[in-house]
Amino acid sequence: MAKGEAHVTLQGVTRVYPGVAGQQPVHALGPLDLELVKGEFFSVVGPSGCGKSTLLDVLAGLASVTDGAIRFEGVPIHGRVPDGIGVVFQEDASFPWLTVEDNIAFGLRQNSVEAGEVRRRVDHALSLMGLKDFIRAYPAQLSGGMRQRVCIARTLVLEPRLILLDEPFGSLDQQTRLLMGDELLRLWRETESTVLLITHALDEAAMLADRIGVMSARPGRFLEIVETGWPQDRDSRIVARPEFGRITGRLWSHLRVESLKALGQDRPPL
Amino acid sequence: MSRAGWIRVSVVVAAVAAVELLCQGGIITRFTMIPPSEMVVALAGILTSGRLTPAIVRTLRIVGIALAASILVGFVLGALLHALPRVRRTVDPLFATYYAIPIYAFYPLFIVLFGLGDVPIIIIGFLLAVVAMIVSTLNGFDRIPRALLKTARIYRMGRVRTALQVMMPCAAPYIFTGVKLAIAYSFIGVIGAEFIMSGSGMGYEIAFAYNNFDNKVMYPLIMLVLVLVTIINMFLHFWEMILFERRRRG
Repeated sequence: MAKGEAHVTLQGVTRVYPGVAGQQPVHALGPLDLELVKGEFFSVVGPSGCGKSTLLDVLAGLASVTDGAIRFEGVPIHGRVPDGIGVVFQEDASFPWLTVEDNIAFGLRQNSVEAGEVRRRVDHALSLMGLKDFIRAYPAQLSGGMRQRVCIARTLVLEPRLILLDEPFGSLDQQTRLLMGDELLRLWRETESTVLLITHALDEAAMLADRIGVMSARPGRFLEIVETGWPQDRDSRIVARPEFGRITGRLWSHLRVESLKALGQDRPPL
Repeated sequence: MSRAGWIRVSVVVAAVAAVELLCQGGIITRFTMIPPSEMVVALAGILTSGRLTPAIVRTLRIVGIALAASILVGFVLGALLHALPRVRRTVDPLFATYYAIPIYAFYPLFIVLFGLGDVPIIIIGFLLAVVAMIVSTLNGFDRIPRALLKTARIYRMGRVRTALQVMMPCAAPYIFTGVKLAIAYSFIGVIGAEFIMSGSGMGYEIAFAYNNFDNKVMYPLIMLVLVLVTIINMFLHFWEMILFERRRRG
């Protein structure tokens, strides 16, 4: 598949959670249409509870859509994780009983990749993520940022063609997030994967993405797709540019209204 | 050893020394208790003479059977209950009150059902240990982060591989705690049952010596039980610490 072609398509994607114990069903998402181009960096922002993580779950095949269709490389995804997708979750998903090295090699060993190849890919990922000095460390011995790097490395070694990131830097401080963003951009350029980043941080979305999808309050729909127009070899220094402020301002103008709706404060005071 | 560890050992040594002094000084009469130093000598005599070896072997064998059964059944039942939340909701309150039930009260029933012999004792040891194992297994599986299970799905691991390579290692420290508790409970159950109603075993020998005012057998055997359980628990505690240490967030 060549760069610039449609990589992932969502058509009328809807997700409704059935009501539990007599409660009403929850319409979490959609209908939602989107086309991700091969090799692009796409961010999704939206108010809390708008269905961002649900979108990631249906894209990854971790949950089924109630209506509509998702295609990855032309093949439908429906509640089954397809080959070629990597996910980094918001929560720490490193295996606490394994060393950094074994965590990163875990997926490769699951796929019965030959030992020499495992070694090569793990070494490369360790260098890429700056984890060379922590090969034998257990996740508990690392900081939150480093554990998240382990999870990113563990995803990258599988060489996924589509990388889904669910607020991967959510638990990190602002400086570390900017630096991790730089690393992510570098990895994205190096791997040429398509990336979809879910985030609640407008600056993160504005800095990292080629396009940003702004979601409405639940049920989540795209209100606007904002094109950033950044060059591919960008890094965190673009936050100093005037366009950066304009983009985040535009995102916030949508999100302020939607966040108030999500909080139930969209009505004028009595 | 940590400071707390040294304090713990010092307290035990001081208590033993105090009992030794009280016994040697005649404040505690020999009719009530023999000095710990004599217990050690008598225990060495019992062990080297081989007179009570069959009783010790029998007890350890019964504890072993009760323990193995409780670990296996407890783990399987714990895993099943974790997979069947509705059934779990029904039986959960029973676990909370389980240890309020005097299991020994059912011994006559077990004799009627299974006859005199090892089986009722094994059942008592098993019944005391199995619930600790079930509860610990459930506790371990409950604590598996959802992100790890999602990761297993992303790796397209099947149910068996997820259970063996993600769920069990993740729950291992809690399952290990269950094993530790099961050992303690099976010893309590088996020796207690032998004490009350058996014709052989360490519990029976302790009861027999007690009924005959034979302190030179009763106390050394009590000491043997204490030493055995302490050694096993120290060994398990060591491994438990290693398991937890790897996961403790800095």
